[in-house]
Amino acid sequence: MSALLTVRGLVKEYPARSRSRDKAPLRAVNGIDLDVERGQTLAIVGESGSGKSTTGRAILRLIEATAGTIMFDGIDIRRLPTRELRALRSRMQIVFQDNGAALDPRWSVGRLLAEPLRRHEQLTRREQSRRIADMLDRVGLDPRHTTRYPHEFSGGQRQRIGIARALMVHPELVVCDEPVSALDVSVQAQVLNLMKDLQDEFGLTYLFISHDLSVVEFMADSVAVMSRGNLVESGPCSDIMTKPQHSYTRALLAAVPVPDPSVYADRAARRALIRSGIEHL
Amino acid sequence: MVAILGVEDLRVRVASDHGTSYPVNGVSFELHRGETLGVVGESGSGKSLTALSIIRLLPTRALSISGGHIHLDGVDMGTLPERDMRAIRGRRIGTIFQEPMTALNPAFTIGFQIAEPLRRHLNLTRRQASSRASELLDMVGVHRAQSVAHSYPHHLSGGMRQRAMIAMAMSCKPDILIADEPTTALDVTTQTQILDLMLDLQADHGTAILLVTHDLGVVAQACSRVIVMRRGEVVEHAGVAELFRAPQHPYTRALLDSMPARNTGRQRIIVPDEGVLGA
Repeated sequence: MSALLTVRGLVKEYPARSRSRDKAPLRAVNGIDLDVERGQTLAIVGESGSGKSTTGRAILRLIEATAGTIMFDGIDIRRLPTRELRALRSRMQIVFQDNGAALDPRWSVGRLLAEPLRRHEQLTRREQSRRIADMLDRVGLDPRHTTRYPHEFSGGQRQRIGIARALMVHPELVVCDEPVSALDVSVQAQVLNLMKDLQDEFGLTYLFISHDLSVVEFMADSVAVMSRGNLVESGPCSDIMTKPQHSYTRALLAAVPVPDPSVYADRAARRALIRSGIEHL
Repeated sequence: MVAILGVEDLRVRVASDHGTSYPVNGVSFELHRGETLGVVGESGSGKSLTALSIIRLLPTRALSISGGHIHLDGVDMGTLPERDMRAIRGRRIGTIFQEPMTALNPAFTIGFQIAEPLRRHLNLTRRQASSRASELLDMVGVHRAQSVAHSYPHHLSGGMRQRAMIAMAMSCKPDILIADEPTTALDVTTQTQILDLMLDLQADHGTAILLVTHDLGVVAQACSRVIVMRRGEVVEHAGVAELFRAPQHPYTRALLDSMPARNTGRQRIIVPDEGVLGA
């Protein structure tokens, strides 16, 4: 196996909000290392403000990192000139949580899916239509619905459109930022299944950003736990879930709501575990 | 056991250009003193509308209660004038919603907003109410309660705002607390602390809690009984242990089966056929 993505010492700072110039900037991401193997899923898990989304966006250079190196298939992304970066974007795509906001409401589905193709590939109109119809079919939508607009679809269907759009240009790496967090549990299950199927079919590598440990446990091969900009712990998914080393990871695992009332028999022990994990940060 | 709240064949009607439909269609349940009853369902199941009907705060004029009875401690609330309902809301029935930022008024301090029901319902003086507000913030685990009482909602984190909401909802020691997705917007570590807080207060005050949620994990964590709703109807009604051990209705089974937590280690989540879920 080879790493498709290697991140070393990634830092993202924002200037302090305060007017006093000497105040230290806010470190949203504080020098983290990540390795993502080709064809695998690395999940970044953390609570709000942990820096997980910032990390995902910095990797795609949707925001500029302050320091660190990001190597994608041997290419140093941070040093890439804009022009080459743009070309590389066909190999790295992103799926957002709220596709209601990410999809332009005035664009039909056909146009939304055609746009990445126009940008990255020279196709005839006919080839383009065929690719779009194929992809819609592949993500479980009706290929005839290209003339419809995003608002005509349900939340789960919009998420399928977002995935279809990301996959139009056959990327290798897909950053998925809370892709199922806004969905009902039954719809969520369908979208997660779809994402796994597509991963197998296209050999996709996922950077899967989520706050939901049960979703992460289902999806991920390896896990990186973040808190307040720091990488708390990382390793194979099963190790993190069954043998967490860091007290914060233990707190996070204990706090996950589980569909099993017997887990909650010993409330006091659970509380103590969560409290100590949060305090030790 | 005595039911503090009885809902009987509740119907909510929505009239639109496309005709009439019933997002809540014949819902019945009882809430007993000191218990936590979970109302669980997916979006569109009618769980929130059921909760809002109880305090007669349906969000738009297009929605109306078109049938059924709601009894509070034996009194049929349907016959009460709006004036009496105002005396019930906040006094006998406290409410917490998902997003405290929209439920709290951004223009007033936290302390003022907690004091308001105390002055209105319990006739405390301004000074009494404000010192009671600080005590209440302290009770819900807010450090430096005095200074938080003087802050505005946007100064606080989501978890702190939700604690403030709970302080406000519990301020008049209500018989019933209606909590509509109270922890959905919160991080899991905060969520579990807020649920624990609600259960602690319940143990101290004997409050009955109606907990509306989409999350079966939250139900397992906090409820003693549960009703499962789907398309405006109650499809299953059970004790929490039974519900998770032996769900009776195909829809409940489907909901449980589609949770990622129950599919760990599998290649795919067993998604039940669409007929059952009606996605």
